[in-house]
Amino acid sequence: MSIAETAPTTTTRPAWLALDKIGVLIALVSAAGAALPFALFRANRIVLGEPKSLLAALPAPETTILVAVLLLGFAAALLRFSARIKLTIGFLVLAVLFIFMGWSASYLTPDGDTFARVSPGAGFWILAFAFALLVADALTRLKFGPWQRIAILFAVAAALALLLWSGSWNDLSILKEYSTRAAAFWNEARTHLALAFGSVAIAIVVGVPLGILCYRVKAVRAVVLNTLNIVQTIPSIALFGLLIAPLAWIAANVAGASAIGISGIGTAPALVALFAYSLLPVVSNTVVGLQSVSPAAIDAAKGMGMTGRQRLFGVELPLAFPVILTGIRIVLVQNIGLATIAALIGGGGFGVFVFQGIGQTAMDLVLLGAVPTVALAFAAAVVLDALVEMTSRGGNAP
Amino acid sequence: MIEIDGITKIYGETPVVDNVTLTVDPGTICVVVGTSGSGKTTLMRMINRLVEPTSGTIRIDGEDTRNVPAYELRRRIGYAIQGHGLFPHRSVGQNIATVPKLLGWDKPRIANRVDELMDLFQLDPAQFRDRLPNELSGGQQQRVGVARALAAEPNILLMDEPYGALDPVIRAKAQEDLLAIQRRFKTTIVLVTHDMEEAIHLGSKIAVMDKGKLLQYDVPQQIIARPATPFVAELIGTSERPFRLLSLGRVADHIEPGEATGTPLDAGVSLRDAYAELLWSGRPALPVTRDGAVVGQVTLAQLSRLAARPQ
Ligand SMILES: Nc1ncnc2c1ncn2[C@@H]1O[C@H](COP(=O)(O)OP(=O)(O)O)[C@@H](O)[C@H]1O
Ligand SMILES: [Mg+2]
Repeated sequence: MSIAETAPTTTTRPAWLALDKIGVLIALVSAAGAALPFALFRANRIVLGEPKSLLAALPAPETTILVAVLLLGFAAALLRFSARIKLTIGFLVLAVLFIFMGWSASYLTPDGDTFARVSPGAGFWILAFAFALLVADALTRLKFGPWQRIAILFAVAAALALLLWSGSWNDLSILKEYSTRAAAFWNEARTHLALAFGSVAIAIVVGVPLGILCYRVKAVRAVVLNTLNIVQTIPSIALFGLLIAPLAWIAANVAGASAIGISGIGTAPALVALFAYSLLPVVSNTVVGLQSVSPAAIDAAKGMGMTGRQRLFGVELPLAFPVILTGIRIVLVQNIGLATIAALIGGGGFGVFVFQGIGQTAMDLVLLGAVPTVALAFAAAVVLDALVEMTSRGGNAP
Repeated sequence: MIEIDGITKIYGETPVVDNVTLTVDPGTICVVVGTSGSGKTTLMRMINRLVEPTSGTIRIDGEDTRNVPAYELRRRIGYAIQGHGLFPHRSVGQNIATVPKLLGWDKPRIANRVDELMDLFQLDPAQFRDRLPNELSGGQQQRVGVARALAAEPNILLMDEPYGALDPVIRAKAQEDLLAIQRRFKTTIVLVTHDMEEAIHLGSKIAVMDKGKLLQYDVPQQIIARPATPFVAELIGTSERPFRLLSLGRVADHIEPGEATGTPLDAGVSLRDAYAELLWSGRPALPVTRDGAVVGQVTLAQLSRLAARPQ
């Protein structure tokens, strides 16, 4: 029996005054986040942390504001407000959380103490996660088009850049790790991007033609796809390791090879390994994409007198493109993550900080490597998903 | 003129098209009819060399089709298929422009031709030119498919079950459009169908195929009146014969003097429709009008004679 049947007067109740199913989950998670320590204080970078609760992490007036905003977010998540309101409040809560985290660091660090470290506590991460979920849920419901999604991504990136540039996070441990190795950070960032994007670019240059060949010549298809399947099953660290010996041999025995940067360890084997992992998704998506092109369209193309090349570039590839792009999206996101492992064989990239941090048990250094990697992978996924949607014109969606 | 001379196609061991010889006269419609799997599509596809014959030759206007590269041959021959085969990523205008573009026509000429064809097929260029095929109805897509096949003004048009996916009303309209266009441009058409009604309605001549063999190739009257084999008779449907025969004629050619009463018939309707109207109205005769004026009458007795097996 519904409430409306027992109490007719409640029919005038506003639409938002009802529980939202996903909202209940978000509210529960954020409640847990609010109860857990907001910040972690340490006397120096490797000692055990001292948790600071939400109430102790900021001066009283700021605490009041933060609690008020969190309550607002809690209500926005829990009740059935429109997706637009949920989105706005979600972004507001996230902005306040991030700004106040920086203030908390300044507040908790004793004046002039250069050894003290403040980092975000479990509570902060859980709150950020909960409201990111609220934002994501609202975005899904609003069904934004590809351009709008890219615009939102850029707005969020710009806001984060502004936050970092303004210096309000400078007292946080992760930025202290950054400030002592800023030059190295940008150096490794370049290497990381070169590894991830470079390997995918080579995979496209090699993989798409190989995919076309597999599609046209059935005999080649089974051989190529089976071989690539086997490569894909080699654990990544093993593959990186396996390449050391042959590349070292090439460097030692092929004239000029070492001059162009080929050696057993370093960036070259990392690039080769990442390329090897990218090849299967690119090739198989090319084959699948081409195979999914409507046979009637291909027959019409032949029947109207297109040559093989005209058919390939005019009909088959454009129609297969969204599927091929989906393969590229998969490997790009995968390689941005996998490039971290390149550091193990001296290949550089953000992995350098991750493995240094693990070695020194300095979590903040690990984060300095991990957070940009995750952010990059996320941004790449959003942009490429949008591109896939934009190219799926005329209903040839993957 | 298309001369198909002793053409055979063998897949594996089985002849799919078996020693077929037939000539399609210029400006006529040849309808190839038969049950599914009888080799109609294969026969048609050998004309533009989408399928290479195992043996035999095909000549177009006296020239062996093997003397020109296949892609050049195909650009000269219109090609429309069931399910239209439009390119889903290209607009209606771009689809229609396919062959002119391949032939290297200049832009203004292509644009003119596209608009001209869209008008011909009753698709407003301003409204439909930039739409994608999936934004059109089935009937509109089919019309774009035929417009695309005719874009480079081919002398020959090949059509493989072009109306297979259309509902009866739109199908009848599309058939009328095709006949009008054929009369206007004198295109030589080879059309494949499994529907005898369509074959009789459209065909100047009908080629009946079964298991790869050409059973009979003749004008519709002869196919109906003198089916060469029991299979052909069965395909026509014995109980349908008188009506199919009537459907070939028009009232205009059988007007008798006299003044009948009742709802008048237009001289342009088929004898079959006139016969149905006479039966339904319960009258022995009905007046016939041309351009609104009564010009005579059509009688049940006359139509009954015309429906009988020709001697
Ligand atoms: N490429 C091919 N390979 C093998 N058999 C084929 C091929 N194309 C058609 N066939 C066979 O040839 C026969 C006739 O096919 P088709 O010409 O398409 O018949 P229809 O158009 O009359 O239905 C069918 O049995 C079909 O299976
Ligand atoms: Mg067929």
